[in-house]
Amino acid sequence: MAERSRFDNTLGALLFIGMILALYMAFLQAPRERTMGDLQRIFYFHVPAGIAGLTALAVNFAASVAYLARKDRWWDSLALSAAELGVVFLAMVLVTGPIWAKPVWMVWWTWSPRLTSALVLWMLYVAYLLIRNYIPDPDRCAGISAVFGIVAFIDAPIVWFSIRWWRDIHPSPMLETGGLSPAMRPALWTCTAAFLLMLVYLLRRRLCLELARHDVEMLARRVQLPR
Amino acid sequence: MLEVRGLAKYFGRFTALRDFNVSVGRGEFVSLFGRNGAGKTTFLRVVAGLSRPSEGLVRIHAPGGETLTPQASRGLMGYLSHDTALYLDLTAVENLRFYAELHGLPHADSDLEARLALVGLAHWGHESVRNFSRGMQQRLAIARAFLHDPEVLLLDEPFTGLDQTGTEFLRTYLGEAHGRGKTCLMATHDVPLGYEMSDRLIVIEKGLVTLDVPKSALSLDRFQELYREVAKGS
Amino acid sequence: MIRRIWAVFRKDVLIEFRTKDSLNAMLFFGVVVLVVFNFALESVRDTMREAVPGVLWVAFAFSGTLGLNRMFAAEKENRSLQGLLMVPIDRGVLYIGKMLAATLFMLITEAAVFVLSLVFFNLTVWREIPYLAIVFLIGTLGFTAVGTLLAAVAANTRMREVLLPLILFPVILPILVNAVEATGIILNSRDYAALRLPLTIMAVFTVVLATVSYLLFDYVLED
Repeated sequence: MAERSRFDNTLGALLFIGMILALYMAFLQAPRERTMGDLQRIFYFHVPAGIAGLTALAVNFAASVAYLARKDRWWDSLALSAAELGVVFLAMVLVTGPIWAKPVWMVWWTWSPRLTSALVLWMLYVAYLLIRNYIPDPDRCAGISAVFGIVAFIDAPIVWFSIRWWRDIHPSPMLETGGLSPAMRPALWTCTAAFLLMLVYLLRRRLCLELARHDVEMLARRVQLPR
Repeated sequence: MLEVRGLAKYFGRFTALRDFNVSVGRGEFVSLFGRNGAGKTTFLRVVAGLSRPSEGLVRIHAPGGETLTPQASRGLMGYLSHDTALYLDLTAVENLRFYAELHGLPHADSDLEARLALVGLAHWGHESVRNFSRGMQQRLAIARAFLHDPEVLLLDEPFTGLDQTGTEFLRTYLGEAHGRGKTCLMATHDVPLGYEMSDRLIVIEKGLVTLDVPKSALSLDRFQELYREVAKGS
Repeated sequence: MIRRIWAVFRKDVLIEFRTKDSLNAMLFFGVVVLVVFNFALESVRDTMREAVPGVLWVAFAFSGTLGLNRMFAAEKENRSLQGLLMVPIDRGVLYIGKMLAATLFMLITEAAVFVLSLVFFNLTVWREIPYLAIVFLIGTLGFTAVGTLLAAVAANTRMREVLLPLILFPVILPILVNAVEATGIILNSRDYAALRLPLTIMAVFTVVLATVSYLLFDYVLED
């Protein structure tokens, strides 16, 4: 049933502490980067938002598959909640990116693979939300948007690979090759953990809202048809 | 033959069907009555598998008794509605050939023309359906819907748009199919006609079965009286 | 199975060749896009050759979208979809039949638009044609593989024609990017070895998304 549980309250309190800790780590604990200066600190929000966004999209995919298999509206609600949050977190990535890029690369935007992929990914899930918006019957909406959610998620890696061979000025290998200074890691991990916690918390709240909507729908049916 | 248990169909806040329990035996002819929007069409569409139930289940049994998969059960049913489901830019023969091929039935010109002759369209086989009158289209729709000689005939206002001879033809056709042991579910507004053709009467009101009796239980006059009352009372 | 796919394909082709509704619109729109781009790229006329692949694929994609939007037109009229859905066949059959028909219509349009573009942009190709044909074929298959599924998705919504391009273009981006790249290689650098990468990505996209669409088509078909 759709109500706020004790667990949610605990989670909310944890999130509050986690976020303050993340701010502390990002702004005070992490060292000042040599060439970019304080500007580099945007990194501690840019990357965790991306990780949280991608996680949300993975949740959307799993929930879409589960919906088609089980035909239970609960999964559909989860898929919707995850897609909305995915769009929000990706928007965060897309906004913090240019703010960071302008002083460092001297441009707001480049059509490099990472940026293009992030933008396309964001567009895919905006399209997902558009589809949902235009199908009035909830059952039909659930099935069809689940199909699109699956297609979008499978499409995403192909989008990424298909534009990857273009030259990239994005500092992508920094993490993979261990190029990130060890002194910066604690801040990055703390921020990532805080963002993931925020994702879980918001996901639960959004799902709760959607389930409440179901209850209203069910009650409205009963009111409409007195026995 | 057909078993519907605890069926409900919602469109968001709107309830089309609820608490729907019906089981229809092999060879029964059931007439469904109810006002516009009562849920007759939704019920037939759910049975046909065109629409997914929100709750409950619909089971189709093969003549032998075993339960069928959704795909196999579709092949056992024929669905005729007031929408003809014909391709207007194809000829009558082409329309039938397309469906015959999908069903894996013989589809030589002679087979198809014999089918057309059955519904009184013998010389119209190579005419584009766009030039057909509404009544002729409905005749062709009958030939199309029952091309594969289904066990269960689902009929949603099948008499719409048919002229006198067309109506007579469809009645004879359904009567004959019924005689051969086919199961029929027909939604109709025409109370006397529905009464006459069926052996069981079901009245649907706001998505609920409000009356389900064998025809022998009620005379036509009594049924009409009851039906009028139900329709007025809601 | 193949006989049934053929039946669906032939039915769509027969109706289209009889009415020519979609083909006329697709062809004309393709030409319109070429002309519009000619004006839009006025300032870079000298390097027009480099822009041709992009212009071509935008024209193909736009006219293709027009065709996909009409794809379920015959099924909506008289609700023929109802009849189709009652047939006890795997609904993937409908997907493949319709996808192949859409592919044929797009290829016809592409051929015509391409020939016109040779005239408009003063290009001479001859030996390149087989390579171009391969790129056009794979690109179109990828486009219709997703397009057929998404056309059915859009047909379920209130916005139909408006929605399709919005949901289709982000998904087929890999096809567009690689097809433009491949066409550019053929028209400009002629380094055919470099074709392998874009063609592979396009082929992978087509196979993966066609399989997914085939499996999911059943869920988007409701009359």
